[in-house]
Amino acid sequence: MRAWIAFWSILRKDMRTYYLKPPNLSWGIIFPLAWTLMFFIKSGSGFGEARSILPGVMALSILFGTTSMLAVTVTFERKGRSFERLLLAPIPLWVLMLAKTSGAVVFGIVNAFVPVIMASFIVDLGGMIWWQMGAAVALIAVSSTFLGLFIAVSVSEVFEAQTFSNFFRFPMVFLCGLFYPVTKLPVFLRPLSYLLPLTYGADALHGAVNGTTQRPVTLNLAILAGFCVLLFLISLRNIQRRWIV
Amino acid sequence: MLRVDREAPGDMVAIEARGLVKRFGDIEAVAGVDFDVREGEVFGFLGPNGAGKTTTINMLTGLARPDAGTIRFLGREYTSDVKKAQHLMGVVPDESNLWPELSGFDNLCFCGALYGMRGHERAARARELLDTFGLADAAHRKFAGYSRGMKRKLTIAAGLIHRPQILFLDEPTTGIDVASARQIRQLLSGLNKAGTTVFLTTHYIEEAERLCDRIAFIVGGKLAQVDTLAHLIRDVQGQRVIELALSRALEGLGPQVLMEFMGPLREAFPGVEFESAGGAALRAHTRETLALAPVVRFFEDRGVDVTEAKAIRPSLEDVFVRVTGIAAEQMRREKERGPKGGGS
Repeated sequence: MRAWIAFWSILRKDMRTYYLKPPNLSWGIIFPLAWTLMFFIKSGSGFGEARSILPGVMALSILFGTTSMLAVTVTFERKGRSFERLLLAPIPLWVLMLAKTSGAVVFGIVNAFVPVIMASFIVDLGGMIWWQMGAAVALIAVSSTFLGLFIAVSVSEVFEAQTFSNFFRFPMVFLCGLFYPVTKLPVFLRPLSYLLPLTYGADALHGAVNGTTQRPVTLNLAILAGFCVLLFLISLRNIQRRWIV
Repeated sequence: MLRVDREAPGDMVAIEARGLVKRFGDIEAVAGVDFDVREGEVFGFLGPNGAGKTTTINMLTGLARPDAGTIRFLGREYTSDVKKAQHLMGVVPDESNLWPELSGFDNLCFCGALYGMRGHERAARARELLDTFGLADAAHRKFAGYSRGMKRKLTIAAGLIHRPQILFLDEPTTGIDVASARQIRQLLSGLNKAGTTVFLTTHYIEEAERLCDRIAFIVGGKLAQVDTLAHLIRDVQGQRVIELALSRALEGLGPQVLMEFMGPLREAFPGVEFESAGGAALRAHTRETLALAPVVRFFEDRGVDVTEAKAIRPSLEDVFVRVTGIAAEQMRREKERGPKGGGS
């Protein structure tokens, strides 16, 4: 019970202090809008294409939202030493880190549905598989957040967190089949794609929105869940080794 | 939690450290430290910068893993999992590290929640602590806008929110104004009278002298001496300490100028220990009678006048200087120069 009081308080505090701040809320609107406009301008197509690019824009909104926020907020608290207070609290480390990451997961999920709401005004969203979209969004948000945690544990400065995040994020934009199918990538790049969690998340989202997938949905979701567990365990081990020296 | 007022520290051991070792690469920051802190006592942990004070606190509180040794709290061993003892302890680090965006009240409530306190319980305790520390008027101001002294007080209050049995205080009054420091000392004294065991590190020797029941000196990661204040001072009571004020020409030039005299002074007066006493003052420690005329002549020959000479009652500072070989004044200045300067 004691651990869950702490869990809830950390989540609430982070939502209030970081995620619900006006600059972050505006990020959630401007970011997907900018990506959508960029694709329309590049392809020269009309609004009718909105549905085909929706999975990619949703995945990008989650990826950039979660990794940026988590890596920066954790590094910020480490730098100001307030994170020490969390480490001194009598709650298991895994509960503490779940609490610290939950805010980013919620932020990612909310970010994902901003482009859906925007798209609903310009195209017909009928025929979408909503449960599949919900599951894919949740798992992409969790895996991206844990990727952010992995980054946060590896750096000590806020600017390093941003730079190191980009090292992972920008290749994922092109390699994970968000806007360009993995099967059309050069053969030598494909193995890299299959090592990235977003490849499976993007495929699941394409299935939910457009009805076409490279792999069975359950396999995509299971692999994503596997990435979530793996990234979380690696991050916990790194925290034990680096922060509790 | 009900507390019983006490007259003196009890026999129960609150903190027991045996053979604590911590290495960072090739450097042994703490090299086999042993001590007991009795329940209800104020235990001072003193030493120069880099001696291993903060590393020892980090090991005891679970922020660092010892490479060797055992840690027990209130009779139970927690070496491999100090986290399980964290509910017993409150920790006040050497920096005020609360959340700048939260108000004083919200910071305390949040810290209470980290210890599993329920909403109404933590709100009541937060109000009580804000009153006690004289911060009630600033309760709803952001922590970022607090003065340094207010930040320090709120950080101490945060360490007390869950009514810990053991309180670790790392440099509680460094760098804050005299009035706030005095208030903090009074609060700590009251807290200890109510039964809380206090583990205190400080660079202010007079603060340790005023607050501590027993004191440990740590130098180079090793414990040099542990004893009660009375016993420590008794060791230096046979000494004579004379403080010499030197001519104004030397003032403001710093201790390095005085250091130039140290070698010739020791040669000229064997058996007398000289040390800087801050500014243009010098202290001479001797077990024999010190004839002042030759000392005055020594300085006059070098163009310096001795303007005043006074006998000083031996204090904990003299013990510190004897044990660590470092002038307490120099250590305090180094600590105040940089907020992170003393972490070790």
